[in-house]
Amino acid sequence: MAAEKSIITVVGKDQVGIIARVTSFLYENNVNIEDISQTIVQGYFNMMMVVDTSKATKEFLTLSEELESLGKKIGVLIKLQREDIFKSMQRI
Amino acid sequence: MININEVIETNEMIEKENLDVRTVTLGISLLDCISDNMDLLCSKVFDKIVNTADKLLDVCTQIEREYAIPIVNKRVSITPAAIVGASACKTVDDYVRLAKTLDKAAEKVGVNFIGGFSALPAKGMTKSEILLIDSIPQALAATNRVCASVNLGSTKTGINMDAVKQMGKIIKETARLTKDQDSIGCAKLVVLCNAPDDNPFMAGAFHGVTESDCVINVGVSGPGVINHAIQSTAGKDFGFLCDTIKNTAFKVTRLGQLVAKEASSRLGIPYGIVDLSLAPTPSVGDSIAEILESMGLEKAGAPGTTAALALLNDQVKKGGIMASSYVGGLSGAFIPVSEDHEMANSVVCGALTLEKLEAMTCVCSVGLDMIAVPGTTSESTLSGIIADEMAIGMINQKTTAVRIIPVEGKTAGQSVDFGGLLGSGPIMKVNSFSCEAFVNRGGRIPAPVHSFKN
Repeated sequence: MAAEKSIITVVGKDQVGIIARVTSFLYENNVNIEDISQTIVQGYFNMMMVVDTSKATKEFLTLSEELESLGKKIGVLIKLQREDIFKSMQRI
Repeated sequence: MININEVIETNEMIEKENLDVRTVTLGISLLDCISDNMDLLCSKVFDKIVNTADKLLDVCTQIEREYAIPIVNKRVSITPAAIVGASACKTVDDYVRLAKTLDKAAEKVGVNFIGGFSALPAKGMTKSEILLIDSIPQALAATNRVCASVNLGSTKTGINMDAVKQMGKIIKETARLTKDQDSIGCAKLVVLCNAPDDNPFMAGAFHGVTESDCVINVGVSGPGVINHAIQSTAGKDFGFLCDTIKNTAFKVTRLGQLVAKEASSRLGIPYGIVDLSLAPTPSVGDSIAEILESMGLEKAGAPGTTAALALLNDQVKKGGIMASSYVGGLSGAFIPVSEDHEMANSVVCGALTLEKLEAMTCVCSVGLDMIAVPGTTSESTLSGIIADEMAIGMINQKTTAVRIIPVEGKTAGQSVDFGGLLGSGPIMKVNSFSCEAFVNRGGRIPAPVHSFKN
């Protein structure tokens, strides 16, 4: 199956265990992480993951909803978006 | 690979700067619904719209969620109704019935507007077009989602002044029939010169006869994104300003194209065009007037406004054309008054007048848009304002339009509130010197010469 690249972003106040909780969720749902980077913008923790959802055990929109509610539990904003939006806007 | 700063930039545009896709408009040809039997016509029209557009809302919602990008409006445009109804509609009431059918179909598929209750008498009017035009006041009063438009002229044909005269009367009548709601019927009625066949924006959207059976057209937006980018150019020269607008317009257009292609492939309907128009909404931070002010004007309407708008419109096109091979529709900055809170503020404080707006329409799309004027404005004055705007379009080979609302029972300085995306704003002062004898001449203004361009 062809790779389905998507981007997960996590934005919020830095705290212990954010990456651990997001990555274990991804592990449980068979989503492969291809790249992780993070930065601090105006005091906020910003993390981005490039993931492949093609072998995920759940539908894309279900994953998206569950990540969103996981974010709410931790107190950060988590978004799952298809990579095309960034590629089309940011690349010629 | 995409880096984190690019991801942050895109998401900030969506979350903080009102970046969205303004409309996904599904154009549907109703030519195959034509019948000489009114019952048959209505049932065929209803079925075709509902069968073609039934998945439109679901697909748009899916795209919104997968990309986390809002799609503000989902709409349908149809073959101009004066063509579709020419054989079956024998009376004004028949056309009102057709409009109600369109309204029901729009409600059924869940779109907020359906465009194409239209006639295109740029040169002459058929019997059917006369009937449709005469039915507009009742049709708009009896429906919620139907938008009407009339193309009154073009660079190739000149201006149909008989139709211009008639539209002054029709606009007044539409205002009267919807006077309980600040004459809102007129907000769903636009007259145009050089109307495009593939415009996704209401109220002027219709599915032209040059189009295929059905097509997806997308209108992008992004005044807030452009404004934010311009704010970072304070004190820099025009070259820098223009590059900034072009770069931003490129990104906004790419987003529109992505959504157009996705919607097209998921619906199995070909993708037509992306319309580059910067379309404001009444929200703060989503305004064209704010952009003009960020360029260095105290208020929209100040001297320099026409130049600023010309520059803006041209850079948006340059950036957008690089981003998408299929650009169409209106593709320019919209300068409505009630739909743009800062434009309305500029009128209230006296910086912006109807005459300055007219000058601005020479350099942008689409014309005098969402202008509320006193209810006492005469039919012939409305026709005169329309004729002026049509002349600007005809001579400059561009689309121009008039969506003007003579608000029954209100005078200059009072305000109106249409609600939602139609916004609110002041009633503008109109030059009250008469043009009646001019408008009453009848006939056509001939097509202009295409050389000697001074």
